[in-house]
Amino acid sequence: MKKDLLGIADLTPEEIYLVLETAEAMREIGQRPIKKVPTLRGKTVVNLFYEPSTRTRTSFEIAEKRLSADTLNVAVAASSVLKGETLADTARNIEAMSPDMIVLRHSSSGACHLLSRICKSRIINAGDGMHEHPTQALLDAFTIKEHKPRFEGLKVAIVGDLAHSRVLRSNALLLTKLHADVWVSGPPTLLPPGIERLGVHVTTSVDEAVQDADVIMMLRIQQERMQGAFFPSLREYFNVFGMTAERVSRAKPDVIIMHPGPMNRGVEIASDVADGPYSVILEQVANGVAVRMAVLYLLAGGVEDEAAA
Amino acid sequence: MKRLLKGGRLVDPANGRDGVFDVLIDGDRIARVGRDLPVESGVTLVEIPSGVIVCPGLIDMHVHLREPGQEHKETVATGTAAAVAGGFTAVACMPNTNPVNDNAGVTQYMLKKAADANLARVYPIGAVSRGQRGEQLADIAELKQAGCVAITDDGRPVATALLMRRALEYTSMFNMPVIEHCEDQTLKGDGVAHEGYQASSLGLRGIPAEAESIMAFRDISLASLTGGALHIAHMSARQTLEAVRFGKAHGARVTCEVTPHHFVLTDEMLAAPVAYDTNTKMNPPLREAADRDAMLQGLADGSVDAIATDHAPHAADEKHVEFDQAPFGITGLETAVSLCFDRLIHRGVLTLSRLIGLLSVNPAKILNVPGGSLAEGAPADITILAPDLMVTVSAARMRSKSKNTPFDGWDLRGGVAATIVGGRLVYRNEQVDLTIW
Repeated sequence: MKKDLLGIADLTPEEIYLVLETAEAMREIGQRPIKKVPTLRGKTVVNLFYEPSTRTRTSFEIAEKRLSADTLNVAVAASSVLKGETLADTARNIEAMSPDMIVLRHSSSGACHLLSRICKSRIINAGDGMHEHPTQALLDAFTIKEHKPRFEGLKVAIVGDLAHSRVLRSNALLLTKLHADVWVSGPPTLLPPGIERLGVHVTTSVDEAVQDADVIMMLRIQQERMQGAFFPSLREYFNVFGMTAERVSRAKPDVIIMHPGPMNRGVEIASDVADGPYSVILEQVANGVAVRMAVLYLLAGGVEDEAAA
Repeated sequence: MKRLLKGGRLVDPANGRDGVFDVLIDGDRIARVGRDLPVESGVTLVEIPSGVIVCPGLIDMHVHLREPGQEHKETVATGTAAAVAGGFTAVACMPNTNPVNDNAGVTQYMLKKAADANLARVYPIGAVSRGQRGEQLADIAELKQAGCVAITDDGRPVATALLMRRALEYTSMFNMPVIEHCEDQTLKGDGVAHEGYQASSLGLRGIPAEAESIMAFRDISLASLTGGALHIAHMSARQTLEAVRFGKAHGARVTCEVTPHHFVLTDEMLAAPVAYDTNTKMNPPLREAADRDAMLQGLADGSVDAIATDHAPHAADEKHVEFDQAPFGITGLETAVSLCFDRLIHRGVLTLSRLIGLLSVNPAKILNVPGGSLAEGAPADITILAPDLMVTVSAARMRSKSKNTPFDGWDLRGGVAATIVGGRLVYRNEQVDLTIW
């Protein structure tokens, strides 16, 4: 693998499968009575979070601890930014303390690319603006793989706020690389122009997208990233795009329903669907730890390879 | 002091000359132009090698000199040093300084700084509205009298049709153009890149091409209504070019300019070679290949009147931030000539005479300023160009105080040999073998 994990765009299908296979082994560690291995002993990992995050930050931290890394959480939103320090300066300061890896979450697309150009440490993108969220797409793929025999030809419907979603971009890239049949659906006001060039089918009809789908992936309505009116009301959004049991019934009988969280119940997904028998939402969260362990392990392994060479 | 420029190719479209002519300079004026002028006693001979071009001084009608107020980015002195190094004998500078150039005091300050620097000529452009706030007209007669050659609220487009109408009407009595940065602010929103596949895939908020063309159509309609002279700055979208063609065909007094970056680059630069390089962030944004090709077509068929750089210096630390946080703009004065030669002349898009029209003759006409001509008696503002000089762009070696260019390291064919303002040699390129002064 490359020095950094900035996005799914940089991964080959072989590397994606390598992460998924490694995650299988990592999951077993989490099932032991003593959930810790010495793999990353002596390595320092900084979790640099410029956006509030509970799930992703916790998941990374548990993954790092299970691999015995020394971890450090820096929530920058409240500290340096207010004092006017730039990301470049913060990065140089952290770099001066020689961490091995930096996990970055940032509200600006491409922030991890800037960090990558400054730092020798390995950078893992934990979500950059509206661009990518590669570990989310990897854990989604891992979850799909547990339920479906293969990715080729699998109909995956991704529904919701496509414009502002980094989860969409990473998943569309990953699933098309593995030759799944990806359908995306949302209001026309939330369709990013040119998105079909990612190799996905685009439709404003949710019913068409979920028809005979193997996987339904819901995207959060990100009210915090929306300026201006993209649709009339949350009520109308739910009526037209919300995932209801009636809509789910159009999909294959063994469909699985996914959501990257946090969910807006009654906006993009009905509660009975979120908590229903097709939902694998909590499995996604569980798998997140194993997948992030795999990513940390593979990137750190690269360090040793270079030292040996 | 008399000097005779002998040899080389003279390209002076305003006087219908293109060929081997000699130019006699007497003090700050052009005394004679002709074939095989005699070397009289008391005349210093300046031999121009064959293949080198002598043309009227280039005029960049759209630059930001940042002074007063943002001297850490550029000053009139560093900006005009960059100008002459780029072959420009004159620049017209934008009013979005701090304070805004909306009164004679600021205009006079700029002119004083230009006189102190004594390099390129500086033509200040005043604000349309007081404080560029888009509410009340600035004291335009006062600005005109102090030396402003046009008005614009560049960077802050005139939001209401009514104020734009009044500006076009009012300035018509001074024979000065209203220059518009066409952009509907509501459509732009907080966009940072051209709305299209590249922005979508990089997760950047888009600015649709129509944000520009909608206001261009509005302003062209207002130019027709009022008879005022409208100049559209840094056109980037093919729809805007259509608007300009429509206006010209229907008799509106509309002219337009294109920047080198909009006829060379596309939004694919956002992703590669360096993803999220903030030196690819400018306003208007780099657009798609179809837009870039339309700009080339417009240059070739005469729909475009001028090439201007929109030289927008920013300090390195201001640009070394997240893409959406970075200020818009790149420098342009020191790369324009090489880009024009490499992409327009050597690729056969334009004739040399047409290029000099775009870089010198037409800007002088649009702004009603001297220059653009090597007629006898005209000011001796002359640019000497080396069309086959191999140039490697080096941001570090530029005269501009700021180094924010996406062209650093580019190899281009064609460059500046020397720049003469008012009969004085203000720049000479050591790489060109030129026995001069």
